[in-house]
Amino acid sequence: MLDKTGIASAEQVLTRFPKKDLLAKAKAIIECYQDIPCNPCQTSCPFNAIYIGDDINQQPKLLVEKCTGCGICVTSCPGLAIMLAKTEREKAVFKIPYEFLPAPKVGENWHAINRSGEIIGEALIEMVQSIPRQDKTLLVTVSTKIEHLYDFITIRSQAHE
Amino acid sequence: MIEKDLIIIGGGPAGLCAAKTAMEANAKVLIIERSQKLGGQLVKQTHKFFGSEKTYAKTRGFDIAKRLIDDVTNYSNLLEIMTDATVVALYPNHELTVYQYGVYSKYKAKAIIVATGASEKFLAFENNDLPGIYGAGAVQTLMNLYGVLPGQSIVMVGSGNIGLIVSYQLMQAGVNVKALVEAAPKIGGYLVHASKLRRLGVPILTSTTIKKAIGNETLEQVEIVSLNEKWELISGTEKLIDVDALCISVGLSPLHQLLSMAKVEMKFVNELGGMVPVITEEHETSTKNLFVCGDVVGIEEASSAMVEGYLVGLTAAKRLGFLHPNYDQIKQNYHDQLTNLRSGPFGLKTRIGLAKLQGEDYAR
Repeated sequence: MLDKTGIASAEQVLTRFPKKDLLAKAKAIIECYQDIPCNPCQTSCPFNAIYIGDDINQQPKLLVEKCTGCGICVTSCPGLAIMLAKTEREKAVFKIPYEFLPAPKVGENWHAINRSGEIIGEALIEMVQSIPRQDKTLLVTVSTKIEHLYDFITIRSQAHE
Repeated sequence: MIEKDLIIIGGGPAGLCAAKTAMEANAKVLIIERSQKLGGQLVKQTHKFFGSEKTYAKTRGFDIAKRLIDDVTNYSNLLEIMTDATVVALYPNHELTVYQYGVYSKYKAKAIIVATGASEKFLAFENNDLPGIYGAGAVQTLMNLYGVLPGQSIVMVGSGNIGLIVSYQLMQAGVNVKALVEAAPKIGGYLVHASKLRRLGVPILTSTTIKKAIGNETLEQVEIVSLNEKWELISGTEKLIDVDALCISVGLSPLHQLLSMAKVEMKFVNELGGMVPVITEEHETSTKNLFVCGDVVGIEEASSAMVEGYLVGLTAAKRLGFLHPNYDQIKQNYHDQLTNLRSGPFGLKTRIGLAKLQGEDYAR
């Protein structure tokens, strides 16, 4: 499926999420499902929480107890394949990479989008970070309803409708 | 006849990296580059690169170009650069003809490194010469170098990394990518690139190809069609898509023409992209002191082209009597990096191709 459409299956996605009780704190969700020669996630993590090893073709593994949810890997991954997720009562809160204009602004409501590119609900923009290390890839904190925890992947502007 | 020590043909990632290590060893270098600027295809690449830190992973392509150019311009006492200069002939005796600003000049070098890169393949279909139909390189030049959109809505043909990445860049520029079609049953490039396109709502249609382009003066529609497992058109599955642009990204083939002209031993190796020179482990062709690196000896990622360049620069300099102070150590290091980059499933084609080119033990 993924290798025909670009859409990861629900089962594949679940393998990248830690147990729900661990998501009280933000954790990296690493959706790299293929052996490709690449390792900036490992080398960028200040806490050694992402392991690839000497063979850079191996898929990254998250050492979930070491992950502090800092978000550095999110804007370091050239494949935009990492986000952070955490749960806050009825909300799911994400930190996602974003590379489009217009940039989202805090307080705006954007569409919440799933891995097929479909609108699944609303996403509230809570924070937008851009520091030089991110090299123009925005790190956007958004919240959605908790039921979108495993479906949400990105945001889309409502401005052009 | 102008005589030089080391001439590098092509100022892309492979040529620049070769120049760097050769000059570290104290060799004098002339880089001859066809375009107005050094950097090759890197200058058009706005995305962050894959690979390892040593090959500038997570750095955007145009920034990698800047770093590689800085690396060589640090050696201003050893370096000569000719831009807007095309090598139009290469002869077996290390002589070459350069065309620059309307003038042809003859050069002769003690050693030559050919780092000419690759050119795009095209696709045969009805009306494929309508205005509005581009190769992916042209789209990137227009859009990322000159800030000109190739159209308002577009269909991409080809799901290799270039097709996937250029589609994403088109969406960033505000072009509506209506579909990406791929004749093979599976996506060819990295799936992370495919996923980031799909989440933007771009349909990726595998087992699908373009049947014809439609339009009076310029492109107005494309007709796509599904393919069965034998790659035959399935009639009745044709669909029309309204677009004013079409981008073809169906692979690259090595720019071997100068090498063929210099009569070095060549071989057709499909896995490497077409005609490639037969080389020794040190990337020397059948002509002594004529070396090659980068896509001209097999289509790969820029990361491999850079490492090959570093290696060949070392070797060519040594041949001219300039031994790099850490020759053995860094040579081993570059070899290990190349092996690592090529060791995964995406390196398989290169491994098979090099085995065909050089014998089994080279590929390990």
